This record gives sequence, structure tokens and C-alpha cells, in this order.
Amino acid sequence: MTSASVLTVPSVAGAAPDAAVTERFEQIVMPHVDSAFNLARWIVRNRDDAEDVAQEAMLRALRFFATYNGGDARAWLLQIVRNSSYTWLEKNRPADLAAEFDEHIHSSAAVAVPPNPESLAIAANDRVRLQRALETLPPKQREVIVLRELEGCSYKEIAAITEIPIGTVMSALSRARTQLQSALTTGATKEISRGV
Amino acid sequence: MACEQSHSVAHAYLDGELDAVRAAEFEKHLAVCPDCAEAIASWDEVRSGIQRTGLREIAPARLKERVYADLHRDRQSGQQLRRVPYAAWLAAAAAIVLALIASAKFLPIRERSSAPPQLVAQLVDAHLRSLQPGHLMDVVSTDQHTVKPWFDGKLDFSPTVQDFADQGFPLQGGRLDVAGGRTVAALVYGRRKHIVSVFVWPTQESDAASQSGSDHGYQWTTWRKSGMQYCAVSDVNATDLQQLQSLIEQH
Repeated sequence: MTSASVLTVPSVAGAAPDAAVTERFEQIVMPHVDSAFNLARWIVRNRDDAEDVAQEAMLRALRFFATYNGGDARAWLLQIVRNSSYTWLEKNRPADLAAEFDEHIHSSAAVAVPPNPESLAIAANDRVRLQRALETLPPKQREVIVLRELEGCSYKEIAAITEIPIGTVMSALSRARTQLQSALTTGATKEISRGV
Repeated sequence: MACEQSHSVAHAYLDGELDAVRAAEFEKHLAVCPDCAEAIASWDEVRSGIQRTGLREIAPARLKERVYADLHRDRQSGQQLRRVPYAAWLAAAAAIVLALIASAKFLPIRERSSAPPQLVAQLVDAHLRSLQPGHLMDVVSTDQHTVKPWFDGKLDFSPTVQDFADQGFPLQGGRLDVAGGRTVAALVYGRRKHIVSVFVWPTQESDAASQSGSDHGYQWTTWRKSGMQYCAVSDVNATDLQQLQSLIEQH
């Protein structure tokens, strides 16, 4: 045992943040609370649960604020939100995560249905249809679309948030989009069979 | 479909994520490839649908109020994570954080800035999280030659992976975790009926002997060797953890 410092990440003292830390957190992190909520909402697919998950993630962010290195605060926060969302899913709805194993089935089906622009035409009032289609995707496909299309993240940010290599972001997005298009074209029939 | 492979390039083009040279190349290709042209047109349709229908959902005012309330209550009381009824393990982790901080005060000649309990807390946290069902390992193998290559391409460094089954610490697998804002390798070892997580990530600091602590039944030991930072976390006893540390250091 030695008194020498072994860990290399600088720290703020204590678990109870002082006024300066809280203030800095409010300035840097709080502006991204909408993004935090939006990502959680689309991963857990429910506004009420997303509220709890986002709140917990904000608290975790505060606790780990010392590890924020001054870079992209939104990406840093969304990484925490994402982890909190998956932890929540594992605990409360593990079946959502099991859906991932079907990914290869989905993607081969998607390739078999080449979408054409006309069949995908989306009216402004088609929010529900789009929402349902997006929610049929496995969470890991859904999240890249949400990050790109709803949050406007760059590939680099998506790579940082989802912890996948940047080269993989391109193919993951491409696959997720094809999947969404496929869900949109087959959505009508699916809804009927689900309702029975 | 002659062009299946370049669809992801088409998407990257649409997203403005290709550099100038590749974008110019792709435009040339696009002029002669109806397949890619259609892929772009059909996604453009969906994308504008997403924009028009306003799928992005903003946080309810109540959430913002709750977070502000948390921030300020935290500051006053020093208690955290009280309002998270569904995450009992988080509360436990918070208790450990507080306990680690408390115990840090009793360690000799220790500078306040030198031993961030947050990072250890994150690792204890990661270890606890890993104990939840189905979350222990991303790659399950007792074979170091399977576990090590699994990390390739997932990390910007290559951790040493060694099985110590003969010495009573069988390798069980590995996973990725995040600590201190970076991705770290986590090696999972068995010790009788217990699980040990060994977190590894590169550091620029020089070698340092171990620093350990324990609370609520979880032991942690952290050290630096040959440009790598290690932190082992488990509910085994401190001697076991030291033994594993010396095995790792010898290899």
C-alpha cells in the first residue's frame, strides 16, 4: 500500500457538489435535458418511464461531472442517458433487448423489399405511423436514427455516444434506415395482424 | 443489385459525412447508378417525413423541475439518488461512493485531489451492474485466445488477457465498460463462487504500487504498470485480490 496517487482522472472533492459545481453543471449540462429526455423516450418507448430514466441519468451525470473533460457536453450526457436507458430496459423490459437477436432476420427481409419513394410517401399527419414503424425497430437500430435524425448528431458524435467505431456508424445507420423503410412499407399489414 | 455494398456510402453522402474526394467519386457513381439514386430518394422522403411530423419529444417541464430540485437538494444534504425508487443497486452504489469518500479521509498522507473516489465508484458501480442477470460478459470464454481478439477493434488499446485457472482464478470472459469518460476493458475472473472484474485502460503516468479500499463487502485494488491502469473489484477478500494482482503483474 502506498500513498502515491494511482488513479489519473482529476477529481472534484466529495459526492455533494458545491455551489460552483452545481452552477457549472446547470450551465453546461442542463441545456441538454431535452436531448436526454428524447433519447430515453425512444429507447424505452414511453414518456413516463423516460422521465424517470432521464432524471436518474441527470443525477448520474452530476455525480460523474468530474469526468467531463470539457468536450461535447451533449454527447457526454447522452452516453450516460443511453447507459441508464439500457439498464432500465434490462431490468424492466428485457424482451425489448432480446429483439436484437432477430436483427439478421429483419435485415434480410429488409433487403428483399426494395422500398420505392411513392410507397414511402409520408403525410404531415402520419406521425403515428412513423412513430410505430420506428418503435418496431430493435433499440440499437432505433437509437442511431434518433441520434441522427432527431438530434442531428454527426457520425463522430454517434460513435462516441453509442460506443461503436465511427466506421461502423455508417453501416449501422444504413441498416437501420433500410429497416425503418421496410417497417413503413409493411406497417399496415403488421398493424392488422397485431390487432387480431 | 449490383450496388448493394455502397448503400451505406449513399447514406453517408446524404448525411454530408463523406470527405470532398469521396463525395466527388460518389457523385460520379450516382450519375450512372439508378439503385443508389433510388436509395437516396426514398430515404430523403422518410427523412423529410420525420422532420415534418416533429417526432422529437421535448422534456416535460415537470422533469426539469425535478432535476433542478435534485441538484439543489443534493447540494444541501449531500444525499444522492434518493428519488430513484426502481434502482436499488444505484442506491447501494451511492452508499459505497459515500463510504469510499469517508474512508479516504482516514488514509495516511492522502491528497484530496490525488485519489478520486468517483472513478473507483464508477468501477464499483460497473461491477455491480455487471452482476445483474445477463449482463456479466459480452464475450464468454475461458480461452484467452478468444477473449483477447474480441477486444480488437472495440478499444484503442490492446489489453493483456491471461487465464489463471491453474492458480484459482479462471478467466470467464470480458466486456466493455465506461469509466472516467472512456471505454475500458473489463476482464471477468472467477474466484470460487465469486466474480472479479478487472478493469484495464491505458495511462501515460508512470508505474505505481497498489492502492486499495473496501466497503460494503466490495474490495477494490488499483495499480499502474507498463502504461496500463488496472482496477480490480470484487466481493472476495483483500488477500485474494492481491494474489490476482500479482499474477497479472507477473505476466
